Order: sequence, then structure tokens, then C-alpha cells
Amino acid sequence: MTETTTPQTLYDKLWQSHRIREDADGTALIYIDRQLLHEVTSPQAFEGLRLAGRKPWRVDANVATCDHNVPTTSLEGGVSSIVDPVSRIQVQTLDRNAAEFGILEFPMGDPRQGIVHVVGPEEGITLPGMTLVCGDSHTATHGALGALAHGVGTSEVEHVLATQCLIQKKMKNMLVKVDGQLAPGVTPKDVILAVIGQIGTAGGNGYAIEFGGQVFRDMTVEGRMTVCNMAIEAGARVGLVAVDDKTIEYVKGRPYAPKGELWEQAVESWQSLVSDEGAVFDKVVEIDGSAIEPQVSWGTSPEMVGPINGCVPDPDKQADSVKAESIRHALQYMGLTPGTPFVDIGVDYIFIGSCTNSRIEDLRAAAEVVKGRKVADSVELAMVVPGSGLVKQQAEAEGLDRIFLDAGFEWRNPGCSMCLAMNADKLPAGKHCASTSNRNFEGRQGAGGRTHLVSPEMAAAAAVAGRFVDVRTMMQEASA
Amino acid sequence: MSLQKFTKFDALVAPMDRANVDTDAIIPKQFLKSIKRTGFGPNLFDEWRYEDVGQPGVDNSQRPLKKDFVLNQPRYQGARLLLARENFGCGSSREHAPWALKDYGFDVIVAPSFADIFFNNSFKNGILPIVLPAETVEQLFQAVYAQEGYSLTVDLENQQLVQPDGTTIAFDVDSFRKHCLLNGLDDIALTLQQSDEIKAFEADYRQRAPWLFADNASV
Ligand code: SF4
Repeated sequence: MTETTTPQTLYDKLWQSHRIREDADGTALIYIDRQLLHEVTSPQAFEGLRLAGRKPWRVDANVATCDHNVPTTSLEGGVSSIVDPVSRIQVQTLDRNAAEFGILEFPMGDPRQGIVHVVGPEEGITLPGMTLVCGDSHTATHGALGALAHGVGTSEVEHVLATQCLIQKKMKNMLVKVDGQLAPGVTPKDVILAVIGQIGTAGGNGYAIEFGGQVFRDMTVEGRMTVCNMAIEAGARVGLVAVDDKTIEYVKGRPYAPKGELWEQAVESWQSLVSDEGAVFDKVVEIDGSAIEPQVSWGTSPEMVGPINGCVPDPDKQADSVKAESIRHALQYMGLTPGTPFVDIGVDYIFIGSCTNSRIEDLRAAAEVVKGRKVADSVELAMVVPGSGLVKQQAEAEGLDRIFLDAGFEWRNPGCSMCLAMNADKLPAGKHCASTSNRNFEGRQGAGGRTHLVSPEMAAAAAVAGRFVDVRTMMQEASA
Repeated sequence: MSLQKFTKFDALVAPMDRANVDTDAIIPKQFLKSIKRTGFGPNLFDEWRYEDVGQPGVDNSQRPLKKDFVLNQPRYQGARLLLARENFGCGSSREHAPWALKDYGFDVIVAPSFADIFFNNSFKNGILPIVLPAETVEQLFQAVYAQEGYSLTVDLENQQLVQPDGTTIAFDVDSFRKHCLLNGLDDIALTLQQSDEIKAFEADYRQRAPWLFADNASV
């Protein structure tokens, strides 16, 4: 290597190290290191393989688990206890396909089963410097470890199974730089919601976003996962954070992480997984981290979000008529009146879970707020759904389950649950839910359900107050 | 999925005389929960075709048919070419739409225009979408209605449709897509043609990042 190489972004490096060929028009063949499979988007891919008499190119590059359809109540009866026949068949089909093709699977009942984006990093299956895909848009999560990770469609799942490659065009580079220091009570979720509020849900279209700056350097690896998870809600298929000591510390010792000499070798190579000094980004967005407040979404798109001490916006004061119309439409769906302070919005349901916020740190943070308090009487259901069986075990070992149960929360089994309501957990029509998930689209958590996206701390505080509340005031009361 | 080679064949023509046929009409959303990519044929155009509302897992042969619906008419049974109007296949990107058309038995769709994603998805699944001028399409509709059993010979090699009276209608097709259809190549088969290149990359990559290959793991 010569000294004169042009500075590269982290994305450039990952792209280049996996590029098998690139045609003049920019169409490239990219090598894929890892594919995660779940029950919803893989069946047709496996069937395609079977119909064509093909085998996976590299069986060991694939890992499967079920998450979208699994019940979060009792797991006693195993797969056969899933009531909805369509859900049950999808889960059974994954089990059958994994067995037939010899793919490693964490099935229902295995403590390692859980939301695919929680399981990958937790098991050391996701590693820095990898290309990783999954038939799910929140695959961006894994970029928190300095991996090039994104969602793919079912045809592409099959393509990767059969060839270990993807046909792709390179994305553009965007840097979202958040400097300064977050105030106490302000979390990674608030950072990413604030970013989406600023750049909009289409702001990242066509870009791979790298999250850089003091705030992300200070953030834990799990916090970075929360941020990268929602890159897709900012329009970007890829979110990335540079590798540092925290990343390496996080990966070390995980079941599928390299060991011994291979570990040393891997770590040495991972050190270079940062954007070079002077690397050029096509777009740079700078945000002052110290000014970010706890966020709450009020509408039906993740960009319809604001600081907790704000108010529901007035469409009549919006100059852009298209925007005004979409605000009007959203407020009608959400049953909200312009000018209502967010802290006056009552909550009926609390959902702490999803691939955005169901890791151990999320549960600890929520438990900290809930501790010694009770869920308000007006709240109909408050539930905690850990991201994986191992997160659940860890939380129980720390006594977090007791804290939640004592406060009146339900303590559930791992899965996607009410994030998209494909299993039995559904938000009823007209009910307001403080949710730690990532999408507040109409009907996402159940037909007619009204979702407000918040951090685990804010969801916990809302559970106690029965309405949205600035978690910082609650924290002050506690320490007073 | 590997595809059948697109040889020259005679195709009975069925008319779908509506503009903007969307993917939700082609295959309604309740069938997207299926775990298969075959078996969608009986639910193609489900809402237009049956009196009742279709559900996955129901025996379609027992369901009451809408007698007037074009594909339910005896004269169009066994059709392989669907004659359609402008903007065919608009709506969502679901690949279930071409799966359903193919599974029903359509290999060719002729229309004045197609929705973009549907157009591409068709080729990927072994369906040839042909764009012809609106007047030509109109003439074909007249001919189909006028003559029971009206068929066209599809000759992809020479890029023409041959009418019963021997006259031909030429059509355009992307040469790459034509090559794929003629040779029964899908995207995967195409990538697999570069197997040597992939293997060479892999061998080198294994040296650079041995920890990513399970058989190298020291566990
Ligand atoms: S938790 Fe929600 S967003 Fe995440 S993978 Fe499951 S359904 Fe998708």
C-alpha cells in the first residue's frame, strides 16, 4: 500500500473490501459474510432453492431464529401452541428449512432465540468489518459494530443463499455528526428521533449514514445499536459507527466471536474500521447534542416528533400545504388537537421492547425509573418484552423482572411482539401507546392503534404518570 | 429459481380489458402471508374471479365463480398470453404478482405500458412482458373478441408475434433480458456464471479474514 491513497470513509472501506467486481455503470457484485434469517421473509427463498435444486453456497454463513410471529405469553406448548395457523406454519417452516439445509437455528424454546437484530450482536455472530444482510429493514442495527449491514428482499435472500453475493450499486456517504454532551435523562433513542425530526424520513435516501462525533464516541455499543437501528426511519438502508475500543470490548468473548490467535488477527484488522482523516462525505449534518431533549412522537411518521416540553403542532401555521395536510391527517388519526402540550396526552398502553430498545441496558434504564413506583391505574396494559431469551435471563438475574412486576408491568417472553403485532400482542383501536419501537405508522401496532415513539426511560415514566412526562422531572423528584 | 427456456410456442390469448390493473387486484394482500412462491395461480385476480372473499388455505375449487369474469369463460381456458391495457402491474412491489400470473399459466403479457417494478419482476420470474403501441393492442383486442381460439405464436428469438393469418408484429426486448429468457437464466443463474470469480475472491478473502470462516474457527 502506498502513502498517497485518498482518504476513505468507513463505508468506502467496507464496500471496497467486499467488492468482487464492479461494472462501468456502477453495478457491482458484493460478497456477503453473514445472512440472518427469520420466519417471515425466508420461506419463498428456501422454496426457490428447492425448486431449482440448488444448495446454499456456504451453509456456515447463515443463522436463523424466529421472532415476528412468536407468542410472548406462555412458551410451554412450543411451536404448536401458536394459535394463528399462518403464524404457526411460518415458524414451523423455518425450523424445517433450517434442518433440511443444515443451517444453525435458535428455535422457540432455545434461550438464545429472540429478535434477530438482538441475537446477532449478542452471540458474536455480527462482527466488525462484515457485510451482513437479513430480509428485514432494521438490519441497519448491526452497523453499530462497524459492519456493513442492510435489509434485503426475499429474492435477494435467495440470491445470497445460493451465491453468497448481492448485485448492488454503491450508496452515497452521509455523516451525521452530533457533538457535545447529552444531558442526563437524554438517551440514544432521543438522539436518533431528534436526527430524524431534523432531516426527515427521506433525508437519508440513497445514503449510508455514519454517525460520528462526541455523542456517539461516548455512547455504549448497545446505544449505538438503537441509533443505527433507526437509520432506516431516516431513509438510509445503512447506519454505521466507527470501531473503537468499546466495540472490541463488546465483541470479546461472545460465543461466535473469534478466539485465540484469530481474535488477535481480527482485532488488528478491525482497528482500521474508521473513516480516514479528511475523508469526503457527500453530505454532512451537524447537530448540537447538548441541546437535545427527551423526544416523543405525536404523528404517524417517525419525523413527526418533538421535545417532551413542546406541543402538538398546528397545521394551519404550516406554510407548506402538503405538510399541513399530512399533519392534519396524522392528528385526525392520532385523535390529537393542535396546541395540546405533549405532557397532557394520556397513555393507555406501554410497550417496552423491539429491536430498537429491548437490550439489557434498555431494561435497566426503564427499571431504574419504575423502581418503587406503580403503573398508573389508567394504564390498561404495560408490558416489557426482552429482545432475546438471554436478555430475559440476565434481567431476571439482576432482579429487574421483580421491579417491573411489582410496579404492575407484565414480564413477557422474547420476540417482536407489539412492535408490529404479527403475533397476538395488538394495540386496540383508539388507544395511545408509549412505545420504545421504531415505527408509528397507522395500524402498525394494531388497526387504529395510536403509537408514540419514546425512549425506555420515557415509556417507564409515562407508565407511572399515566401520561407523557419529562423523565428528568421524575428523576429529580427521586433524588430530592 | 431456475427458469424454463423460452422456446417458440403458440399461445392462446386472453383479454384483460382494463387499464391500471394493480398488483392488489392481481393477487390480494391476504395471500402474501403464504410461505410459498408457487400455488398462487388459483387466487390470481381473486376478487374479480370469485363471488366470495378468498382466504389462504381454502379449497378454491369449491368456491362460486363469477361467470362473467373473462378468465372464467370456457373459450379462454389454457391461455398463455394475457392481453392487457396501459400501466399493467401498478401498485406495490410484491413479487407475488408475477408468481401468481406464472403459476396460473401466463408466460407472456402484452400491453401498451407496464409499471416499472412489475416489468422487471416479470423477467425475473420467466414472464415476457411485451410493450406494443396502443393501436396495435386495440387491434389485437378486436381480433381476440372476433375469433374464438385466437392464438399468437410467440417467437422471442426473432422478436415477433405471428398472427393466425401469418402476418407478424415485431417487438422490442432488452438484449440481456432476451438472452436470459432464451437460456432459462434467472438472476441467480447469472451470478453463478461468475462462480470462478467468486471463488477466487473467497480464497483471497479467507487469507485476509480467516475468522469469518467457521472451519477456521479455533473453537
Ligand atoms: S422488533 Fe419490530 S422492527 Fe424489529 S425486527 Fe421485529 S418487527 Fe421488525
